[in-house]
Amino acid sequence: MILEGRHLRVRYAGSRENALDGVSIGVEPARLTAVVGPNGSGKTTLLRALLGLVPLTEGEVFIDGRTIAHWSRAALARVVGVVPQREEVVEEMTVDHAVLLGRYSRLGALGPVGVADRLAVDDALARCDVAQFRTRAVQTLSGGEWQRVRVARALAQEPQVLVLDEPTAALDIRHEMEVFELVRHLVHQGLAGLVVTHHLNLAARFADHIVLLDHGRVKAEGAPDAVFRADLVTDVFEWPVAVHPWKDGSPQIIPLRPGEPDFPVAL
Amino acid sequence: MSRATGWTILIVGVALAGGLLVGSTSLSPSEVWAGLRDASSPSASIVRDLRLPRVLLAFAVGGSLAVCGASLQALVRNPLADPYLLGLSGGAGFGAVTAMAFDFGTAWAVPIAAFVGALASVALVYQLSLVSGRRLDPRVLLLAGVIVGSFASAMMTAIITLSPVAQLRNAFLWLLGGLSGASWQALTIFSAYAVLPLLALLYQARALDLLALGEEPAQVLGAELERTKRIVYLATSLLTAASVSVCGIIGFVGLAVPHAVRRLRGPMHLGLLPLVFLVGGAFLVLADTLARTIVRPLELPVGVVTALVGVPAFTVLLRKTLR
Repeated sequence: MILEGRHLRVRYAGSRENALDGVSIGVEPARLTAVVGPNGSGKTTLLRALLGLVPLTEGEVFIDGRTIAHWSRAALARVVGVVPQREEVVEEMTVDHAVLLGRYSRLGALGPVGVADRLAVDDALARCDVAQFRTRAVQTLSGGEWQRVRVARALAQEPQVLVLDEPTAALDIRHEMEVFELVRHLVHQGLAGLVVTHHLNLAARFADHIVLLDHGRVKAEGAPDAVFRADLVTDVFEWPVAVHPWKDGSPQIIPLRPGEPDFPVAL
Repeated sequence: MSRATGWTILIVGVALAGGLLVGSTSLSPSEVWAGLRDASSPSASIVRDLRLPRVLLAFAVGGSLAVCGASLQALVRNPLADPYLLGLSGGAGFGAVTAMAFDFGTAWAVPIAAFVGALASVALVYQLSLVSGRRLDPRVLLLAGVIVGSFASAMMTAIITLSPVAQLRNAFLWLLGGLSGASWQALTIFSAYAVLPLLALLYQARALDLLALGEEPAQVLGAELERTKRIVYLATSLLTAASVSVCGIIGFVGLAVPHAVRRLRGPMHLGLLPLVFLVGGAFLVLADTLARTIVRPLELPVGVVTALVGVPAFTVLLRKTLR
């Protein structure tokens, strides 16, 4: 297991409840794990805990078998590539520069950008199909293009794990499909993938393993058709849903409207 | 050679030549050249003892202040950050004036007191700007900087007015920044304090590239956030303190220069900071040359000239930031 959290408990300063309450999770090569759950269920806190960005009240995170306390940020960045949910856009930056930032954990403070770094950037740009934008300023990109550039930056880190925090928030259908297809493809090539998302139906189609969080705890985990059951989803998201399998067998979730068959009278 | 490097060489050349050639005593270029080359020439004392240390000090101070601005802008993700607007200069001035008024020791000790003052202001500004919430709001940060800066100048004025120390009588002029006190000793003191922090900031250049993206994005790309923050605040405080100690409070150098150089050179700090230093140095040499010539035989405080350039630059950047 390349990235593993055991019994993670996080309580933010000034809060009386645990944001994360005893969650264990593991990420393995060539497998895409999706973390889903309602707002405030602890998804982003789980990611931050796994990346060492928030102090743990209890539990431990292991990366490549070693506890995260022993990792410098640079060493960690060489193993785990992250596409954060939000970041500031530096206006003057070109796509090429933005992706080169992914090499910084390998460059040191003053080390020159070498051939290996150039090749890694080229390769990452090509794999994410953004090489044609390399001289463009990043703020001229569309939301979907920018997201692919950020995935390319994470790939330039040459990581073993790829972590994405709501990569398709605010993207239209085409761009969200493009991002998920890209991630699926990269995982198929051997990366360990971890994605936090609100898109249950995309998670059901693309992920191998679903972790359903509720109030900081794992409510259910397993293959998509084991987790996405109507009763469970209805219970966790506090809204009635129907679940129907799509042609590929993945469960697809349809939120119900009052008056529809299956809609419980007492809501 | 890139466009940015070409421009920089040109600007630095013009500034240094201008600074050496222009002054209250008119000297021809050949007299200046003779003064530089030959210690026994009639113009040697003016060129070597007055103009050269003054030009070099202006260059070193201008470069350092510009590097401070560029580093702080990346750290707090705000193009308006500058040692003057963030209150560091005010705090440093307060520290320096206190040291002078209570006669804490030699000229070498003044920068230490100024450093303590600058660090205290930066800590205060930081605390004040967190009042609105955990996230650093650029507007609140600047407001806090200005408030702390005004408080520091009020305290300085009080000390200067009440102090019996004779040399502080001239301090009102010094408050607006002036290089009339430039000497080889001042240059030596400044350089001794400035070299280490300048190198430290260069060493953090790549971390600053990452920090411009935000704190968590920077960390996951390999930046040691707390270490970088500490180094940048310490280094910029020390540079500001050294500048204020030798030539008073000069504002706005850190504002316009990094912005202009970024447009030419791009946002990556490892290449940017050296150019920012050179252009910042040239900028202050030119400003000082103007300050001592436009109202001859009087001399304007150089801070007046940098404000004349800096305030329009501030306006442009303000529009850009709040848009």
